[in-house]
Amino acid sequence: MHLSMIPLVFVLIGLALYVVLGGADFGAGWWQLTAGTGEHADRVRELAHDSMAPVWEANHVWLIFVLTVFWTAYPKAFGSIASTLSVALFIASIGIISRGALYALRSATTTTREERRIDPAFGLSSIVTPFALGAAVGGIASGRVPVGNAAGSLWTSWLNPTSAIIGALAVVTGIYMAAVFLSGDAGRTGNADLIESYRTRALVSGVVAGALAVGGLIVIHGDAPRLYHGLVQGDGLPALIVSALAGIGTIALVWLRRFEPARYVAGVAVAAIVAGWALAQKPQLLPGLTVSQAAAPHDTLVAVIVAVIAGAVILFPSLAALFRLTLGGQFDPGDAAAEARPATPRAVEPRNPRLVARLAIGALVIGFGLVNVASSTLAHVIGAGFLFAFVGLGFRVALSLGGEAEEPAATSK
Amino acid sequence: MSPVFAASTALGPVTQKYLVEARQMQALSFAVHIPLVCFGIAFPAMVLFVEWLFHRTGDEVYLTLARRWTRVMVALFAVGVITGTILSFEMGLLWPNFTATFGSVFGLGFAIEGFSFFLEAIFIGIYVYGWDRLSRRWHMLSGAPIVLAGFTGSLMVIAVNAWMNHPGGFELVAGKAVHINPWRALFGNWYLWHELVHMYVAGYVVTGFVVAAPYAYGYLKGRRGRYELTALAIPLTVAALAAPVQVLIGDWAARAVAEGQPTKLASLEGVGHTERGAPETLGGWYTNGEVKYGIEIPKLLSFLSYHNFNAQVQGLDAVPANDRPPVNIVRFAFQTMVGIGTLMALLGIVYLVLRIRRRSLPRWFYWAVVVAGPASVVALIAGWVTTEVGRQPWVVYQVMRTSQAVTGAGGIPIGYGVLALVYVAVAAGVVWILRRLARTPVRGQPTPV
Ligand code: HDD
Ligand code: HEM
Ligand code: HEM
Repeated sequence: MHLSMIPLVFVLIGLALYVVLGGADFGAGWWQLTAGTGEHADRVRELAHDSMAPVWEANHVWLIFVLTVFWTAYPKAFGSIASTLSVALFIASIGIISRGALYALRSATTTTREERRIDPAFGLSSIVTPFALGAAVGGIASGRVPVGNAAGSLWTSWLNPTSAIIGALAVVTGIYMAAVFLSGDAGRTGNADLIESYRTRALVSGVVAGALAVGGLIVIHGDAPRLYHGLVQGDGLPALIVSALAGIGTIALVWLRRFEPARYVAGVAVAAIVAGWALAQKPQLLPGLTVSQAAAPHDTLVAVIVAVIAGAVILFPSLAALFRLTLGGQFDPGDAAAEARPATPRAVEPRNPRLVARLAIGALVIGFGLVNVASSTLAHVIGAGFLFAFVGLGFRVALSLGGEAEEPAATSK
Repeated sequence: MSPVFAASTALGPVTQKYLVEARQMQALSFAVHIPLVCFGIAFPAMVLFVEWLFHRTGDEVYLTLARRWTRVMVALFAVGVITGTILSFEMGLLWPNFTATFGSVFGLGFAIEGFSFFLEAIFIGIYVYGWDRLSRRWHMLSGAPIVLAGFTGSLMVIAVNAWMNHPGGFELVAGKAVHINPWRALFGNWYLWHELVHMYVAGYVVTGFVVAAPYAYGYLKGRRGRYELTALAIPLTVAALAAPVQVLIGDWAARAVAEGQPTKLASLEGVGHTERGAPETLGGWYTNGEVKYGIEIPKLLSFLSYHNFNAQVQGLDAVPANDRPPVNIVRFAFQTMVGIGTLMALLGIVYLVLRIRRRSLPRWFYWAVVVAGPASVVALIAGWVTTEVGRQPWVVYQVMRTSQAVTGAGGIPIGYGVLALVYVAVAAGVVWILRRLARTPVRGQPTPV
C-alpha cells in the first residue's frame, strides 16, 4: 500500500468504529424517544440511558480522531469538505452539543417526571446528528464537493437523494444496533422482560435497515452512478456482500436469542458499509483529487502514522479494560460492595513539616532564579519544575485539615 | 500586502463579509471551552488527593467529599467534551483555508491530543463507575491517567497555538509550505514552554478559586462544619500557592513575547514609537501613537522585558498600520489579567502567612475568595484575548492573515447567533446541574450540606 493511503485507512477504521459505537449511542436516544409512557416505558428508557453511561464519552472521541487525522493527512480535502458542507456539519455540531448537554442534565435528574421531559429532546438530537453527518458523507460520496473554499453548493451538497439515503441509513443502523446491544444488556442486568421488548425492536429495526439499504442502492443508481458501479461491480462488491450476509446473520442471531455474538456481527455489517463506500470511491477523494494528490508531504504522513500506532498501543488495552468492565456487568447499577475501612488509620500530616517547609522555600528561590533572572529557555523550563515543586511541597505544609473549626460543627445540618 | 511574506493559500483567495463575526464566534467558543478545560487540568488531582486522604484515614468526610467532587468533575468533563468538539468542527467550518494550507504542519498536535482525550474519557468512565466496584488501589490508579491526560492534552493544543504565534518547522517556497517537519514545528519551538506552563498553572489557579468560592460563601452564611472547612481548605491552599507562582511565570511570558513578537509587546504596553528606556504605563487609553491618561513608571518596561533599564523597545510604528493589532483591546485585556493576577497573588500570600502563623482568617478574606472565583476566570479569558487578539491580523504570525484563513461560505452571522443561543442554554443547564448536585446526597452517604 502506498504511504499516502495508510492514514486514510486509520480514518476509515475510526469512522467505522464511530458508526458502530457512536451510532449505537445515537440509536439508544431513539429508543428513549419512542418508549411511550408508563412504568414499563420508563424502564425501557432507563436501560437505554444506563447502558450508555460509562462509555458514551469514549465512543464519541472517535469522531475527534477522524477529524484530526483527516485534516493532518489530507488538509486540502478537509478544507474543501468542511467549507462546502458547512451547513450540514454545523447542524451536526449543534446536535452534538445539545445531546451532550441534555445527557449531562439527565444524569442529574432525580425524578422520572424530569426524565420524561428531557428524553424527547435528547432523542431528537440523537436523530438529527447522525442524519446530518450521514448527509455530509452522501455529499462526498456522490461527488458534490469540489476542491476549493466553499466551492460547492451549501445546500444541494447535502440535500440530495444520496445524502437523504445515507443520512437515513446512518440513523436507522444506529437504532438497530442499539436495540441489538440493549437486548444483550437487558439479559445481563437481569431485566428479563426488557429482553423481549428490545428483541422485538431489534428484529423490526433490522428488517427496516435492510430494506432501506436495498432501496438505497436503487436511489444511488440514479443519483450517483459512479458510486453505484463501484459498489456492485467494482472493488466495493465484496464489502457489500459481507455487509448483506452479516446483516442477515445478525437478524438470525437475534431471533435465536444469541445476543452476544449478534453484537459483533451487527458491528461487522455496519463497518462493511463504510469499507464498501471507500472501496467504491477509490482512488478519488474528491472529484479531480486523488488520495495521493490530497495527501500531506512525506514527513507529515510518517509522523501521523507513528503517532497513531503509538497511540493505539496505549489506547486499545485501555478501551478493552473499559469495555470488559462494562460488558462484564461490573458497572451496572445495583448494590455495590461496601468500601472496606482501612485497618489502621495513618497520619496524613508530613512527618517533619519544618523540613518540608524549608525545601519548599528552597524550591521557590531556585525557581525564581531560573525563571525570572536567568534568560535561557532551558533554565526557564527547569525553573518551572522547581516552582511546581514549591506548590507541591507547600501544599503539604500549608494545608491544615479541619483543624480550624472555630465554630461548633453543629452549624452544619 | 505586507513587507513580510504571506503564504498563498491552498484553497485560493477568499472574500468574506463576516470576518469579524467569524472571529467573534471563534472567540465565544474558546471563552466557553477554556474555563472548563481548567477543571480538566486541575480537578482530577484534587479529587484523587481527597480520595487518598480517605484511604489513609478512613474518615467518612473525605469519602463524601471525593464522591461529591467526582460527580461535579464528570458533569464538567461532559460539557468540556462537547464544547471541545465544537472547536474541532470550527477548524473546518470557520477556517478551512488555514487547515487546508497548514494542517500538515500543525495537525499532528491535534491528532495526538485526540489520543489524550481518549485516555481521559476512558479512565473517567472507569474511575467514576468504579467507585465501590474496583479495589482501592486500582481505583486510585485509574485516576492517574486522567491527571496525566490533563497535562498532555494542554501540551498538544498549546503546541499548536505556540506554532501559530511563532511558526517554524517548514519553509515557504513560492507561497507553499514545503520541507515540513511537524515534530520540529510543534515541539522544537521555544515559544511553547511559557504558554504551556502559564496555562497549566492557570488551570490550578482557576480551579482552586472557583471551587473555593462557594464554600467561602457558605462559610460567611454559617456553614462551617468539618466537611465544609475541608472542602474550602484544599482548593484554597492550591490556589494560594499557584497564584503567586503565576505572576513569576507571567514575567517569563512577557519576556518571551518581547523576544518573539515585539509588535504584540508594543500593543500590550501601548508603545507607539520605538524608544530606549521605555516606561511602563498603567491604565489610560492608546490613541495617536501614545497612551493618554496613564500612570508612567520610568524605564520599567525596558527592565521587565529585557532586564536592562535602557534597552530599546520596538514600537508599533515599526510595522505598517494594517499589520498592527487593535491596541486598546489587547492592552485592556493584558492589564486586566495582570491586575487580577497581582491581587490574587496577594490574596494567596495573605492566606499562607495567616495559616503559618495559625491566625484565623478575617471576614473580608472570605469575601475576597468569593470574588476571586469569577475574577480568576476573567483573568484567564483576558490572557487568551491578549495572546490571540495580540497576534492579529495574523492567524499564523507573519505568514497567514486571519482574513485569508476564513471560510468562503455564507451564513456566518446565523451560525454565530444559533451557537450563542445554544451556549446560553448550556450554561443554564450547567448551573442547574451543579445546584442539583450540591443538593442531592451521594448514594449511601449522609447528606453533608
Ligand atoms: C488565571 C489566569 C492568569 C493569571 C492570573 C495571569 N495570566 Fe497571563 N495568561 C493566562 C492566564 C493568566 C492564559 C490564559 O493562560 C494565557 C493565554 C495564553 C497563555 O499562554 O496563557 C496568558 C497569557 C499571557 C501573556 C501572553 C503570552 C503570549 O502571547 O505568548 C503574557 C505576557 C502574560 N500572560 C503575562 C502575565 C503576567 C505578567 C501576569 C501577572 C500577574 C499574568 N499573566 C497573570
Ligand atoms: C490551538 C489553540 C488555540 C487556542 C488555545 C486559541 C485561543 C483563543 C482564544 C481563547 C480566543 C478568544 C479570545 C476572546 O475571548 O476574545 C481566540 C480568539 C481567536 N482565535 Fe484562537 N486559539 C487557538 C487556535 C486558533 C485557530 C486554529 C484559529 C483559526 C484559524 C484561531 C483564530 C482566532 C481568532 C480569529 C480569534 C478571534 C480574535 C479576535 O476576536 O480578534 N485560533 N483564540
Ligand atoms: C483550537 C483549539 C481547541 C480544540 C480544537 C479543542 C478540542 C477539544 C476537544 C475535541 C475536546 C473533547 C475531548 C474529549 O472528547 O474527551 C477538548 C477537551 C479538552 N481540551 Fe480542548 N480544544 C481546544 C482548545 C483547548 C485549550 C486552549 C486547552 C487548554 C490548555 C484545551 C485543553 C483541553 C482539555 C484538558 C480537555 C479535556 C476535557 C476536559 O477536561 O474538559 N483545549 N478539547
